[in-house]
Amino acid sequence: MKRLDHIEMFYNFAFINDEVKREVRRAIFKAIAIPGYQVPFGSREMPFARGWGTGGIQITLSIITPTDVLKVIDQGSDESVNAENIKRFVARVSPGIGITTDTTQATIIQTRHRIPEEPMRSDQILVLQVPYPEALREVEPSEVETRRMHAEGDYGRMWLYLYEDIVRFGEVRISYRYPVRVNEHYIMDPSPIPRWDVPKLNMAESLFLFGAGREKRIYAVPPFTRVEPLTFEDHPFRIENFNGAKCKLCGSFDTYLNEIIMTEAGERIFLCSDTSYCKKRRKQLGV
Amino acid sequence: MGYVAVSGGLEAIEQSNILFNIERYKGKSRPLEVSQVKEQLYLLVDRVMGEGGLYSPELASIAIIQSGGDTFEASLLLRAHRVTLSRLTTSLPITTERMRVIRRISSAFQEIPGGQILGPTTDYTIRLLQMELLISPEEEWTKYRALLEDANIRLKNIPRSFPKIVKILKEEGLIEEPENQASGEPPFDITKHSLTFPAPRSAILQSLARGETGGLLLLAYSSMRGYGNIHPTLGELRVGYVPLIIAHPHNGNPYTVGEIKVTEAEVISRYETAEGLPRFSMGYGACFGQNEIKAISMAILERCVRTKNPKAPAEDQEFVLSHIDGIESMGFCNHWKLPHYVDFQSDLDRLRKAQNKWRASKKPYEEA
Repeated sequence: MKRLDHIEMFYNFAFINDEVKREVRRAIFKAIAIPGYQVPFGSREMPFARGWGTGGIQITLSIITPTDVLKVIDQGSDESVNAENIKRFVARVSPGIGITTDTTQATIIQTRHRIPEEPMRSDQILVLQVPYPEALREVEPSEVETRRMHAEGDYGRMWLYLYEDIVRFGEVRISYRYPVRVNEHYIMDPSPIPRWDVPKLNMAESLFLFGAGREKRIYAVPPFTRVEPLTFEDHPFRIENFNGAKCKLCGSFDTYLNEIIMTEAGERIFLCSDTSYCKKRRKQLGV
Repeated sequence: MGYVAVSGGLEAIEQSNILFNIERYKGKSRPLEVSQVKEQLYLLVDRVMGEGGLYSPELASIAIIQSGGDTFEASLLLRAHRVTLSRLTTSLPITTERMRVIRRISSAFQEIPGGQILGPTTDYTIRLLQMELLISPEEEWTKYRALLEDANIRLKNIPRSFPKIVKILKEEGLIEEPENQASGEPPFDITKHSLTFPAPRSAILQSLARGETGGLLLLAYSSMRGYGNIHPTLGELRVGYVPLIIAHPHNGNPYTVGEIKVTEAEVISRYETAEGLPRFSMGYGACFGQNEIKAISMAILERCVRTKNPKAPAEDQEFVLSHIDGIESMGFCNHWKLPHYVDFQSDLDRLRKAQNKWRASKKPYEEA
């Protein structure tokens, strides 16, 4: 821990300097003002590898204050190595902040690939780590072209892509990272959350901030904004189906479940992906 | 005034080689020992062995020192040395199921039979420079040496082999079996034959395994970022030691002659075909030493170049396989430093002719 003590002595509160924080906050304000629009920002190198949440970390470090309570999850889990690592870092460079695993206690939640099961409130912010900010990347590799498509609302190819999947496979093959339309305007990438979590973005009380460090973009879904998955009238959007499976620990069948291979023979059990919610339920049920 | 054409090429070459070595030794530090490079810069050694196509940590360390740390040059030294060695025999196929694992993870499942083994990695370090190294490197060394003594006791509990995650999924029919070499048929040998396209899978795997790490990464990254995304999930990544087994020359019995350190990556890719039962497809990567970026990139590219209707550069088999060899690309890039004045003279001739023609066709005041 010697190296981390050295951070406290030499760096600003929340590690990055105030000029950069201001820059990031301006990008956040712009993103909130234009829901679903990807705001380019001067993404800095963080002491983590690109693609490991550097966009989310820059947002968290820019908005956190000493009175905040932080929760960090990865794939729904508070204990996964990456979540622990980010939490440990933010805690050490931001003296005074609180750390929690309880969704209801946190003021800021940084997440990778999940939205917590418990509904969030208007005094809470969810910071999502984003690998691909561009929902249209699936149909168009060039950034110059996708920016034009957004500007002109030229979304025909995205609709065609979904339509072709239905024709060829009888199903849209997009599993997670399902494209959504925000405020009836921009098509947005909700980050690689499962389809299970997509409806939670719609008309939510909380603010959602999306940070893509490697691709240098910030975007947002403000509270009470319409967020709709791209879908056809005769082909409704469907969330993941666990075929009646229940969490082995808390017995829940209304949460997103992880499939776990127990033996080489392929025996499986299911567990809640949201570990802190699962723990809470077990406590309530006394199991 | 008389003119003397530049000559004395040989002497100039000798002097420049001396200067290169003086450049390396002009500081105050003691010369690097081969064992220091081999032990403490082992990831660099692994990389050079892979690109050089020769498994010898010792020789790779020499190459690294001799080249001043240039990975391209070191790999070339190693590959050139490889040519001087005779091929005594062909080893028997290795199964990585029996790998002596030092690291093994799957990002497809939270828990896996045998467990997620993080092993040695810098993945989760906070990237701050370790300034202590300037002042007291010995302290660091002593600290970790002491931990090593403890670790020896704990390591005994690690199982001897780990089940393959991809195999479990295959048995359930979720993953298609990639086209393999018919058993008994010898693999294509890229060191003896030049590639023709479409290349057999064994040739693809060999080319990628010897490919330059940065080159593989660049092409794989272009695919993951959006130029032909195959939607990879890392089914399993394992690093460890596998036995090198040969058939005894007299009685044909399998005989273990040593072991090599390898990294293996298996990526699971989105289903592709509309005909028949939909299944995930797979990409396979394996290389010498611990080089995870290379193994993962290789697995992604191996899957990319088998795409049915290639659209993106990384899916074009010929494009990928023709450009990923570090020794070929570095050599050709450096060749532009050779004199090209005869050719350039010819270029000048053409340009002057064209300029004269243009001038002749214009009125004097029109010239730009």
